[in-house]
Amino acid sequence: MSTRQQVLFLYLASSALDAPVVAWSEYDGAGEGPTPPVVAHPSAPYATGVDALRDGWRLIQASALNPPTPGHERDLSYLKHEFIFEKLVD
Amino acid sequence: MASNNASWALDKSNLLTTEEMAQFVARGFVEFEAVVPEEINLAAIAEFERTGVADMVRPKPKSGAPLSDIYPDPSPIGQMLRLDRVQGIIHSLVGLDAVYDHDWVHVRESGDILDQYLHQDAIVDVTRSFDIQLFWFPHDVVPGGGGTGYVPGSHLRRVNQADIARYQNFSGQADFSGPAGSIVVFHQGMWHRGRANHSETRRWMYKIRLNPQSPQVRRWNLDDYDAVKGEQSDHIFGTYDPRAVSAKFRTPEPWFEFAASRLETVNRARLWRYVTGDETYDSDWYLTRTASREALDGGAR
Repeated sequence: MSTRQQVLFLYLASSALDAPVVAWSEYDGAGEGPTPPVVAHPSAPYATGVDALRDGWRLIQASALNPPTPGHERDLSYLKHEFIFEKLVD
Repeated sequence: MASNNASWALDKSNLLTTEEMAQFVARGFVEFEAVVPEEINLAAIAEFERTGVADMVRPKPKSGAPLSDIYPDPSPIGQMLRLDRVQGIIHSLVGLDAVYDHDWVHVRESGDILDQYLHQDAIVDVTRSFDIQLFWFPHDVVPGGGGTGYVPGSHLRRVNQADIARYQNFSGQADFSGPAGSIVVFHQGMWHRGRANHSETRRWMYKIRLNPQSPQVRRWNLDDYDAVKGEQSDHIFGTYDPRAVSAKFRTPEPWFEFAASRLETVNRARLWRYVTGDETYDSDWYLTRTASREALDGGAR
């Protein structure tokens, strides 16, 4: 089997990587069976983004800080501070 | 100041209180345990079992039909909708002149281990006026038994349907569980999903969406309004009444980003202005200071 990717999405409370995790998703390219993972009442895998780094996750993307859309400065929509991490497994 | 629709005939105790209405504005839902009697719950389950889990053959009203005309007797759905308590809840939020949008019987089979993707119903909505979605659980739902999952406080975020499917878990997310006959009412924008059912029984849930036809202003029981309405000048960094509804509007959900939390307070205050008809209402002075500056030069940038 070739190298496979595990992906972790952490949504943080601010643009700082050491901010608290407020939401999270996991996709396991090395796993089997249905996705997303079947966990009844999961808790956050890490308290902050830095905690994920210290556990061996590699940061591969961070949300850009885009200025608000004129006329919609106070609208809220999708989670703003998305950090995507990976681990590679053989 | 406080007056309800003069035609209201039911006991005020069936209406939402101001505290409950403020929770709906702040968090996007209100929940009522065991308000539907057992005989109606059992009749509904029997009907759903006859018409099947796909809900494709059950006779339904036409979209736009007046609430007062749909599901005439004999109908367990009609009996539920015409309960005094349910009428009071509906009236408080969208008025009894609301019309039927659509409904659906939702099933989570025992042993279905997959969660539905998180989503918001219909399409992205931009109005302050709002529909409600009433969820009826006609039997006990145990924790992990397929109760609808939702993200409190997500209702004012402008997203489009299943574009939020990537999000799996939130700090503070909730799953319904409770006794037979419970009802949960969501603001149209609530992020939600059918959850895995690890129980031994099939989970039934009936959902109906209702559209208001007249302004959703001060339809609830206003007996406690003056005591909790607070003052326009209430400011978390100044002086404020901790009993006022603004306490709910400035309370962040555990998943709110730090900066977004203040915008959530503003959006909650805007919705409170709509349902109270008080366009001077404010929480923490955000709307007031902006409006006063805009008045200086017509809002020029």
